[in-house]
Amino acid sequence: MNMDLSRRSFLKLTGAGVAATSMGALGFSEAEAAEIAHVRPFKLATTTETRQTCPYCSVACGIIIYSKGDVRKGDNAEVMHIEGDVDHPTNRGTLCPKGAALKDFVKSPTRLLYPMHRKPGSDKFERMSWDEALDRIARLMKDDRDANFLAKNEKGLDVNRWTTTGMLAASATSNETAWATFKFAKSIGIVGFDNQARV
Amino acid sequence: MTNAWTDIKNTDLVVVMGGNAAEAHPCGFKWVTEAKAHRGAKLIVVDPRYTRTASVSDYYAPIRQGSDIAFLNGVMKYCIDNGKVQWEYMKAFTNASFIVKDGFGYKDGLFTGYDEEKRDYDKSTWDYVMGDDGFAVTDPTLEHPRCVWNLLKEHLAPYTPELVEQVCGTPKEKFLKVAEMISECSKPTKTMTSMYALGWTQHSKGSQNIRAMAMLQLILGNIGVRGGGMNALRGHSNIQGLTDLGLMSHLLTGYLTMPTEKDTDFETYMSTRQFKPLRPGQTSYWQNYKKFMVSFQKAMWGDAATAENGWAFNYIPKLDVPAYDVLRMFELMNSGKVNGYICQGFNPILAFPNRAKITSSLSKLKFMVTMDPLETETSRFWENHGDFNDVDTASINTEVFQLPSTCFAEEDGSLTNSGRWLQWHWQASSPPGEAKHDSWIIAQIFLRMRELYRKEGGAFPDPILNLSWAYEDENEPTAEELAKEINGRALSDLMDPTDPSKVLVAAGKQVVNFSQLRDDGSTMAGCWIYSGCWNEQGNNMGRRDNHDPDDTGAYLGWTFAWPLNRRTLYNRASADINGKPWDPTRKLLEWDGSKWTGYDVPDISPTAKPQDVGPFIMNQEGVSRLFARGMMRDGPFPAHMEPFESPVENVFNRKMRGNPVARVFKSDAGQLGTSAEFPYAATSYRLTEHFHYWTKHNRVNSALQPEFFVEISEELAAEKKIEHGGWVRVWSKRGSIKAKAVVTKRIRPLICDGKPVHIVGIPLHWGFTGSAKKGFGPNSLAAFVGDANIETPESKAFLVNIEPSTAPKDKEASV
Repeated sequence: MNMDLSRRSFLKLTGAGVAATSMGALGFSEAEAAEIAHVRPFKLATTTETRQTCPYCSVACGIIIYSKGDVRKGDNAEVMHIEGDVDHPTNRGTLCPKGAALKDFVKSPTRLLYPMHRKPGSDKFERMSWDEALDRIARLMKDDRDANFLAKNEKGLDVNRWTTTGMLAASATSNETAWATFKFAKSIGIVGFDNQARV
Repeated sequence: MTNAWTDIKNTDLVVVMGGNAAEAHPCGFKWVTEAKAHRGAKLIVVDPRYTRTASVSDYYAPIRQGSDIAFLNGVMKYCIDNGKVQWEYMKAFTNASFIVKDGFGYKDGLFTGYDEEKRDYDKSTWDYVMGDDGFAVTDPTLEHPRCVWNLLKEHLAPYTPELVEQVCGTPKEKFLKVAEMISECSKPTKTMTSMYALGWTQHSKGSQNIRAMAMLQLILGNIGVRGGGMNALRGHSNIQGLTDLGLMSHLLTGYLTMPTEKDTDFETYMSTRQFKPLRPGQTSYWQNYKKFMVSFQKAMWGDAATAENGWAFNYIPKLDVPAYDVLRMFELMNSGKVNGYICQGFNPILAFPNRAKITSSLSKLKFMVTMDPLETETSRFWENHGDFNDVDTASINTEVFQLPSTCFAEEDGSLTNSGRWLQWHWQASSPPGEAKHDSWIIAQIFLRMRELYRKEGGAFPDPILNLSWAYEDENEPTAEELAKEINGRALSDLMDPTDPSKVLVAAGKQVVNFSQLRDDGSTMAGCWIYSGCWNEQGNNMGRRDNHDPDDTGAYLGWTFAWPLNRRTLYNRASADINGKPWDPTRKLLEWDGSKWTGYDVPDISPTAKPQDVGPFIMNQEGVSRLFARGMMRDGPFPAHMEPFESPVENVFNRKMRGNPVARVFKSDAGQLGTSAEFPYAATSYRLTEHFHYWTKHNRVNSALQPEFFVEISEELAAEKKIEHGGWVRVWSKRGSIKAKAVVTKRIRPLICDGKPVHIVGIPLHWGFTGSAKKGFGPNSLAAFVGDANIETPESKAFLVNIEPSTAPKDKEASV
């Protein structure tokens, strides 16, 4: 069937004005072989489909991510294509100019790959290991908390707040990440704590 | 949103004011198109700019930014004067009949009790007259001169079409056309929906903007019905979720509130929160506050939270101010009182007003941590980019950690959309490089701090050492574990209250929803309003049944909506006092004589008789509030106030500036400009090709909208000799930016208070990182003042000047 189709489209392409002799001169069977050679298999046939939602605005359109590899099988999976989810009641498969370009967001050239550190006064970022960065952050936070934590107010009442270190949480993180973040920030006494809803 | 995106198809009239849905929420806006095409619905747009939404509207009216209350009060007055009120609804479901205390009044732009020095009101007269029976006094005939309805009419009296034109710059006939179209929706069989966004919130009286429209919707009978509602189109994919989960200075989860220094112990805290009904038989659902609060404390601190220690009440910090909101934090930072700051997926250098102050503040930090999948301007605030970030790098001593996090495609979890749907998503790809999940990063910092406290001791380590962190791998809690914790479970066997021999929920099992939570420490739940999201039936947020019986748009089998999978809030109000739907063709619920039946999960108990229990179950009154008592800092009724930077004076009180009770820090008071110096009214907005400061990292979107610009009218361009496509400099009292000028018919000068007002439009998607050309944001210019109730910065209305200019210079070019 593929061969029939390619022949028909080939004939259409060459046009009615082309003489039969020149058809022969082109070498018809070779053209067919060339046509088959450049028809590649459907790229997404071997990919893993994952149900997702668009991370941009609050419509939360359903999307399907097609990946090479399956993270659930322990593969290193890479996004090949993203499209609207036709089963989704809100967007019914459609996407806006941002959602339609989501793959390039995931694969943006400015995605961050490694923890980076900027020393006071320095004009550059330098690589740092996760362990070194996290140990140093924990140390800086604890030292600041111990130095500035206000356990009681002037009336002697427990107030247990820490105002000298603050945190902004991200309204693009999941509810689950948000809950972990909430537990962390409120339990250590941070009161300067907000997310994008404030602005 | 009170309703869902898919419900918009049920409407007869869409009013887009304070937003631009076609541009900012394109796929949700498709339901407006659906309503227009299949119901014959009309679309009204009221905006300073002829937006992309306006371009598909049936009627467009211009308005000066920051004058929405005058417009909406004018519409309310028009409806009342012309008898266009859904009388039965208004009488049954609002507090119109409640009698207000003597003494309350309004004069010269101010309510009773104003203290200029404190910039605050004494709100003692802003309340109901209470009867001897302990309930509020009402007059159902609405004849009492001090009933809310008559006070409202009196308050609205000045808002004539002429005043609306004078204040808003909306020509009288355009205002009247809009008012007439809206007033038609007072018919029980016609509904209107309000779709708004940051065009209403980013004002020093943003809360009152929204309140004015909510009141109009109540007068028209449009809350709780299909195709109606107050629909806040939230900005980010999970900004609703982070608000619900209380990641804000003044909140705990599920709209439980942070204690203040007045809450000396758990009992004192509870005494001001378990609101009793103000009318007989009403639900006043916050009476259950203690169940949710104790369950929350148990979720946080497990066995360390006991009845004896007030459920570890002292572990929660106590506030000495209403909130350590971002404006307050940066004010403190700029005065050297903050040492450390963590920015998780947040870019304050472009998001917060008065960028010079933000940069100066960050420069005073000892350390800053950023967690982001992408480069941000904030993580590189110390880097010189010529005109685009003109800083002296060597003098900035802030130590910066830039931590790479994963993006949506690389994680499992749920996001809550504007319509309160919690939708689960699954990981599709592996993180690049050494990027890590935010939950892993947070866990790592927490575990390392906990270890230091274990080893070294230190300031009040108890809430850290006792924080419940019982995850299979404590280094990385999974989304499933966290979601189950949010839902809550029984900590011991829960017995059936009606049959004490029967176990309702066995110890260790997930509760079905928040109705099973208890105040005796036998249950835990991270966020009560989300309870039901992951119970013993499994992950309800992952449900994918897209059937929609009778095409109501409810989709009850699709994911999970809070609360209790309810899709339309206040849905009991879709039926009359006897439980019959106002519009049988748009039935949501109906009383069948013994219970509520229909297409949604009812607000009220399924067997609560329609005549007895009001739909507004979270209010002590059982009805909605046209008069807000003392619950809003700037008045029980919305009143016209000018922006802090306004091209005109307040016609009610020409000496009054901005919102009279909004907080202004001393250091910012001198940084407010006047119209003499800065004659043009600027506003900020989004474009459909971009999402905030993310998509400029994406080559496709950067190609679609590559370069920063400002929009001005042909009239202003002619006056200032500015060419279309030429460079301009725009500056305010706080900063200066350079942009290409787009000279357009989409913006026209307005005549306000007798003089022309020119508008300058400034989109917000550019910075100095990413694939797009370098540019600026409107926040370089905006004023550092916030809403009086919630401190959202006034980024939608500020004053600027403009002149023809030359191209900005990058660092490389200037060397």
